Amino acid sequence: MAAQAAAREAPNRPMVPITYYLLLAAALFCMGMFGVLVRRNALVIFMCVELMLNAANLTFVAFARMRGDDLGHVSAFFVIAVAAAEAAIGLAIVIAVFRSRGSVLVEDIRTMKH
Amino acid sequence: MNIELILFGAFALLTLLSAGTVIFARSPINSAMALVSTFFFLAGIYVLLWAHTVAVMQVLVYAGAIMVLFLFVIMLLNLGESPTRGKPTVARIAGGAATVGLFAALAIILLKIPAAPATLSTDAQASFGTIATLGQVIFTQWLLPFEAVSLLLLVAMVGAVVVAKSRI
Repeated sequence: MAAQAAAREAPNRPMVPITYYLLLAAALFCMGMFGVLVRRNALVIFMCVELMLNAANLTFVAFARMRGDDLGHVSAFFVIAVAAAEAAIGLAIVIAVFRSRGSVLVEDIRTMKH
Repeated sequence: MNIELILFGAFALLTLLSAGTVIFARSPINSAMALVSTFFFLAGIYVLLWAHTVAVMQVLVYAGAIMVLFLFVIMLLNLGESPTRGKPTVARIAGGAATVGLFAALAIILLKIPAAPATLSTDAQASFGTIATLGQVIFTQWLLPFEAVSLLLLVAMVGAVVVAKSRI
């Protein structure tokens, strides 16, 4: 209890600049985008989409810290929920495609291209 | 040297390394395991940003539920390593160039944003990002989006069963 009170009394020390967090989020987003563009396995593409969603979450949380307003955390919460729904549906589609085509490589799935 | 900066550097480096492994691993199972570690290190970064609740949800939902989903699908489809090493085709080089260009553009914009975190009063520090404050906001101001998300999860649940079922 005393330690908690002491920690609360401590003044705001100079912290890590928010720009670092934003740059990390940008790098993570770009890596996810690179994976989506380059990989051919549909499952790995889904993982890269999750990376991009996480980068967006990190941006929300970083801006929430910058403004001292925790509404950004609520947005991150909703993004997590939507990502869970997206993963469930996406993986179900991958299973259905694998069952009908026998492959999860995106270059084998091009019926609607012609 | 500030302990927070050291922790941030370590977590950021490990996050980027794991993300790189997700992209470049040949076997999907290695990608999935690297994705788990990416989520864990990101949770550490959230804690550094005082977002404890979001960090816990990240570990529960991403590193728990979504990863189990990925591993089950990999197991179910019995995927092996990708047979050929990717050759640098025109599309891949263009993708890499687009990625570098996007990062450069983002970095130029982000560096113009004021970098100082908000200084919070001691009361605000004690309640920032706690589950009590977040719950209060979600169940009052954001009640309609919350209900919409619950409906979305229900639809996703039914949809996943319908799509993945072999015969209805």
